[in-house]
Amino acid sequence: MKAYFGRRYTLSASHRLHTDALTAEENRAVYGKCNNPHGHGHNYVVEVLVGGEVGRETGMVLNMALLDEAVRGLVMDRFDHTNLNRDPYFKNRAPTTENLCKAVFELLDGSVEPARLAQVRVEETENNFFEYSGA
Amino acid sequence: MIFLTRRATFSASHYYWNDAWTAEKNEQVFGRCSNRNGHGHNYTLEVTVAGEPDPVTGFVVDLKWLKDVMEREVLAAYDHRHLNLEVAEFSDGGVIPTTENIAIAAWKRLEPAVTAGGGARLSRVRVYETAEVFAEYRGEL
Repeated sequence: MKAYFGRRYTLSASHRLHTDALTAEENRAVYGKCNNPHGHGHNYVVEVLVGGEVGRETGMVLNMALLDEAVRGLVMDRFDHTNLNRDPYFKNRAPTTENLCKAVFELLDGSVEPARLAQVRVEETENNFFEYSGA
Repeated sequence: MIFLTRRATFSASHYYWNDAWTAEKNEQVFGRCSNRNGHGHNYTLEVTVAGEPDPVTGFVVDLKWLKDVMEREVLAAYDHRHLNLEVAEFSDGGVIPTTENIAIAAWKRLEPAVTAGGGARLSRVRVYETAEVFAEYRGEL
């Protein structure tokens, strides 16, 4: 029997939406106040959904402690209370929440065995969120 | 195709325990959830049905009808109950009432009634154990 298990985590980080591919003026036009030179921050909610067979002995898709450990080790230790623009992943990518969502998926993919990473959702504020389920 | 979702809450107690294991192994795997005195949650049941809006009413299904189905099929059995001791699918050698198994069990309870209703098919059942933890079942894909 296949089911999904999801868990929400909070991640606080700062960012500035900016790309070197555009001029300063174009950056301001595209990103608006998110282009403020000194950046700003969010309490992101990262929702991780994993899928797999429900273990006959455990009743679980994945032991939550293992998921917590993977998320802490691969995502939280890296991004929580940091400036996303300084992370190598965002060296050539704007740290939009779309890209953060992809980064989280790519970092966790393959590390939630015996389950499979099904989807990552990142909520930037209560009113906007992004989802990625792999390429 | 429109997906329509309705939420309801129920409060229940449970514990995680596998009789085939030693007490030590149960504690190691299930941690605090293995306490045999049980503990409880305010669960949120989220039921999604899929279908086309009726040309006359504009409804995929009548939300009041869906509410009644959820109350009759799931809440009447789970709300203010001890899942391990009082609910058939989890008691007497049934499955462990993890959030995953509750989502699957709720699906099995709901699916015949939703199908019999004729307006839509059951698409997804999601059960939140806390605001941060949930499981979902989409049937046998």
